[in-house]
Amino acid sequence: MTAQIIPSRTAAEAALAEIFASAKAGLPGSGAVEKLREESFAAFARGGLPHRRIESWHYTDLRALMREALPIAPAPTRERRAALRKAAAALPANSLVLVDGVFAAELSGKLPEGVKVTSLSAALAEDRPGILESLAAAWAEADDAIVSLNAALMRDGVVIDVAPGASLAAPLHIVYASVAEKPAARFSRSLVKVGAGACLRLNEMSLGAGGRAGQTNNALIVDVGEGAEVGHTLSLTDTRPGSLRLETFLVRVAARAKFDSFALVTGGGLMRRQIFKLFAGPDAKGTLRGVSLLRGREHADTTLFVRHAATGCEGRQAFRYILDEESTGVFQGKVVVEPGAQKTDGKMLAKAIMLSDAATMNSRPELEIFADDVICGHGATCGGLNADQLFYLETRGLPPPEAEALLLEAFANELIDDIGHADLVAAYRAEVAAWLAARARSETRSVA
Amino acid sequence: MLEIKNLNVAIGGRRILNDLDLKVAAGEVAAIMGPNGSGKSTLAYVIAGKEDYEVLSGEVLLDGENVLELSPDERAAKGLFLAFQYPVEIPGVATMTFLKAALNAQRKQRGEEELSIPEFMKRVKKAGDMLDIKPEMLRRALNVGFSGGEKKRMDIMQMALLEPRFAILDETDSGLDIDAVRIVADGVNALRSRQRGFLVITHYPRLLEHIVPDTVHVMAGGRIVRSGGKELASELERTGYREYAEEAA
Amino acid sequence: MAAVQETVERVKAIDVDQYKYGFFTDIEAEKAPKGLNEDIVRFISAKKNEPEWLTAWRLEAYRRWVTMREPTWARVSYPPIDYQELYYYSAPKTASGPKSLEEVDPELLRTYEKLGIPLNERAILAGVEGAGQEASRGVAVDAVFDSVSVFTTFKAELAKAGVIFCPISEAVQTHPELVRKYLGSVVPPTDNFFATLNSAVFSDGSFVYVPPGVRCPMELSTYFRINERNTGQFERTLIIADKGAYVSYLEGCTAPRRDENQLHAAVVELIALDDAEIKYSTVQNWYPGDAEGKGGVFNFVTKRGDCRGQNSKISWTQVETGSAITWKYPSCILRGDNSRGEFYSIAISNGHQQVDSGTKMIHLGKNTTSRVISKGIAAGHSQNTYRGQISSHRKATGARNFTNCDSLLIGNDCGAHTVPYIESRNPSTQFEHEATTSKISEDQLFYCRQRGLSAEEATALIVNGFVRDVLQQLPMEFAVEAQKLISVSLEGSVG
Repeated sequence: MTAQIIPSRTAAEAALAEIFASAKAGLPGSGAVEKLREESFAAFARGGLPHRRIESWHYTDLRALMREALPIAPAPTRERRAALRKAAAALPANSLVLVDGVFAAELSGKLPEGVKVTSLSAALAEDRPGILESLAAAWAEADDAIVSLNAALMRDGVVIDVAPGASLAAPLHIVYASVAEKPAARFSRSLVKVGAGACLRLNEMSLGAGGRAGQTNNALIVDVGEGAEVGHTLSLTDTRPGSLRLETFLVRVAARAKFDSFALVTGGGLMRRQIFKLFAGPDAKGTLRGVSLLRGREHADTTLFVRHAATGCEGRQAFRYILDEESTGVFQGKVVVEPGAQKTDGKMLAKAIMLSDAATMNSRPELEIFADDVICGHGATCGGLNADQLFYLETRGLPPPEAEALLLEAFANELIDDIGHADLVAAYRAEVAAWLAARARSETRSVA
Repeated sequence: MLEIKNLNVAIGGRRILNDLDLKVAAGEVAAIMGPNGSGKSTLAYVIAGKEDYEVLSGEVLLDGENVLELSPDERAAKGLFLAFQYPVEIPGVATMTFLKAALNAQRKQRGEEELSIPEFMKRVKKAGDMLDIKPEMLRRALNVGFSGGEKKRMDIMQMALLEPRFAILDETDSGLDIDAVRIVADGVNALRSRQRGFLVITHYPRLLEHIVPDTVHVMAGGRIVRSGGKELASELERTGYREYAEEAA
Repeated sequence: MAAVQETVERVKAIDVDQYKYGFFTDIEAEKAPKGLNEDIVRFISAKKNEPEWLTAWRLEAYRRWVTMREPTWARVSYPPIDYQELYYYSAPKTASGPKSLEEVDPELLRTYEKLGIPLNERAILAGVEGAGQEASRGVAVDAVFDSVSVFTTFKAELAKAGVIFCPISEAVQTHPELVRKYLGSVVPPTDNFFATLNSAVFSDGSFVYVPPGVRCPMELSTYFRINERNTGQFERTLIIADKGAYVSYLEGCTAPRRDENQLHAAVVELIALDDAEIKYSTVQNWYPGDAEGKGGVFNFVTKRGDCRGQNSKISWTQVETGSAITWKYPSCILRGDNSRGEFYSIAISNGHQQVDSGTKMIHLGKNTTSRVISKGIAAGHSQNTYRGQISSHRKATGARNFTNCDSLLIGNDCGAHTVPYIESRNPSTQFEHEATTSKISEDQLFYCRQRGLSAEEATALIVNGFVRDVLQQLPMEFAVEAQKLISVSLEGSVG
């Protein structure tokens, strides 16, 4: 308990400093971009990896949990590339593939009318007007160590422009492919700019392709123009045990726009997803939803910062967790209503079902309100499965494991069914079913 | 008793009442009928003093005194009562507490003494019996969990208790079944007196079979377009408001 | 915007008159020298004629304290406190151990009378009988003036029932075994910056012991008064309900109006053994500062109850209307199986007040239950934060919590915040948390005004409805007073 403790750098922090020092010359961009990288890394280095004394990282002590920092993934070998090409052929139309964080234009198909895509590295290299500003603005909104780290080491990503008024019939997919043979790190940052009145569905998913445990630090920045409508989905379902996945999602919603997002998290080692959502213009609407299904020693953290800076916006946040074995679920949701953001209507609900004596759930639904004419509320529940419901199902002839699975499936699917796109609903429902089936198999094994 | 002169009212820049004139004498029950959107409820709110409305010009005189400059509670103390179309729920505030607070606040403004508890209870019981309000309802929070009929009865019961000089009934029959309409109407009729005036606002002539008016005014497009005796109500029952729709447009 | 302007002006206009306990009693005081060091700690201990173990205990706390830093996590801001500029001991010269009321300085008696706390037992009983209640339902009062207890009423009456109710400094002399056994057993001297400071310099406070099976025959209460300038008040309260015992305890506080801030860093420890129940109520009305936010009490208090025995119950009820800054989290450690913790709170802030308050319910035992009802009302330029932690540990099977925290905003320049921490480590735990923030609806206000209530009366009525669940938890005698206090605190908050 000495007055001032200056923590010594952890092995991971030291390794990150070395990685930055040796990688920075090879990273895209010069001049102002280089300066941004240096400043960002300095900002990261000042505080180091976030730990439990940093309020927003209280339940995910990254300094303790991140033991090592992996080197940045090398360019894929010719064989890997060939295998990947085959796998990519099975991807749906409108897929944009990032290979270990690097945009592979050749794996991505033809794009629909009204959409322009380039790589972030190209945009940085040519110092495209506006790119740096939008990166810096996003960074200001998300004052966070891993966002700084991402800004310092971002290697590539996609820059998507959707023309004003464009309306896309089919979803656009961003596919994260992991191919490195050895455990490696990936840093990507993507920008999506949706023009006024445009209509877009954006889906993020992963393509395992035999990748090993790795470390990912991805950032996605979405700018939703006036009156635009965006539906977003994210599947974080194939992360390997022992891996670290840090996902930052920044959304800025302009006047009268609508932005809905859903994420499914299963598997993996340590996962932290942080969402910074800003209601920047009046009368916008948006939902943030997510389901996390956790087993083993998985740790999944979803942290929201929803800021209402304009009048008359409606925000809905709903997150659900199913926690088995020794897993840990973290939900933090902070809704801020700024002075003057009158007529804000904000609601948040986090629910967790715990299935094991060794599981842990930590929730912190937070409200910070500076305007008086608002309706805001939050709720959080945490407990086991409902005994009355289980009993009822059993009296109707369902064996306990099936009754349990039925209730769990319903619990998860309630949020999935609101995605509003039949194919995506089917795909996400299938993921839930697969998770429950895997759980049932391991239960049977452990009983036998 | 109540006189409205050349009243012009807007909300959010949209004109609702236009050069409205109306006179109701002491002891008179005047009915205002008219299609939806004709400005009936606006008129009720403006008389009672709801803030959202912009009075552009005109006067509302209660016994010769313009009440438009008074706050809603001052108007209430002067004896103006509004039975709401949608009585408001106030969680946590026991009905009895509320009644006592309202009655004594009005008495205080009028320079009268507070009622003793036994006297207050006596009056509440009398008003409650008249409107079929069970003591159990008075213990609950005001209007919370009350049915539509219970809420309306509670409002009329308040009228009986507060003994206003002029009462406005805004669509008091909406959402009520026949029995409830009868209870409410009996309550109102019992309060009719030579000193008291009523303005009964309704969309349907049905209520006026139970509360028989002395005069009937038809409102359309934010003004009174026709006035007559109680026979006007039965005429409207046959013809509907169609012929007045054009006036509104 | 006109309404807001008017609000601001009215708050300015009324604030000074509104706090009616702001007077100062001119009475000669004996003080320790200014500042804090080991000698001061020894001085306080010597003044109280304490045994060696307690002196050592205080010194250990002091040595710990100098290594600690003031906490910064709460949502409050204030200029740094210079702990060497404070007096740590101040006692009215004439106060030392009066045996009967006749020996108490009449100036002090007048002070308490002015505060509405008569210390004359006969007068109290007469008053109670006059109100038509049972004669036995008096309230025993321990009156603490700056650093010392000046008088405790009904001691003889209580002694008949076996209840010990006396200043803690007296208990150290008369019941050292009880004090030594329980002091610091709920809030250890190392607990936090302010509690550690209190452990080093605590001056006086109340001690209650209710023996097994005894239901305390009357409400116990302590009335705290800060009088001297630049004097910290560090009282320490210790309440023990032995097996099957029951006690209800109420604490009230006021302070003179001063331009400087006054520090109040108390520690309250409650211990409930098997089947025992403690009900602790607070009506906190320290001086809140003036309209510009100048002056007022810094109320940095550690209150914790330990449900040590099976089926024990501890219930906290607080009505917080005063203080410039409130930093306080009355908590329950639910250690005994089937034990129950409750927290009912009304926190009202106006002017430039800052409140960061809430509770912790730590579920350790089996089938433990807790309930948290918090009502925050922010007006003027105040900031009002609820901060609460609900946690269940691995062995806490069947733990249950229900939390409801609602905030009401009156006006456009204040803030209401909710920061709950919900931590579950057991699948049979059921935690439910709900929170809302809203303003008083215009429809409700208009409805009340149509029925004849003024804007302020209507607001007070609606606010009283909003806080009713909590008011009902207060002992009857104080509920009425609390209700009035709420109306006064909100005066000038509506335009």
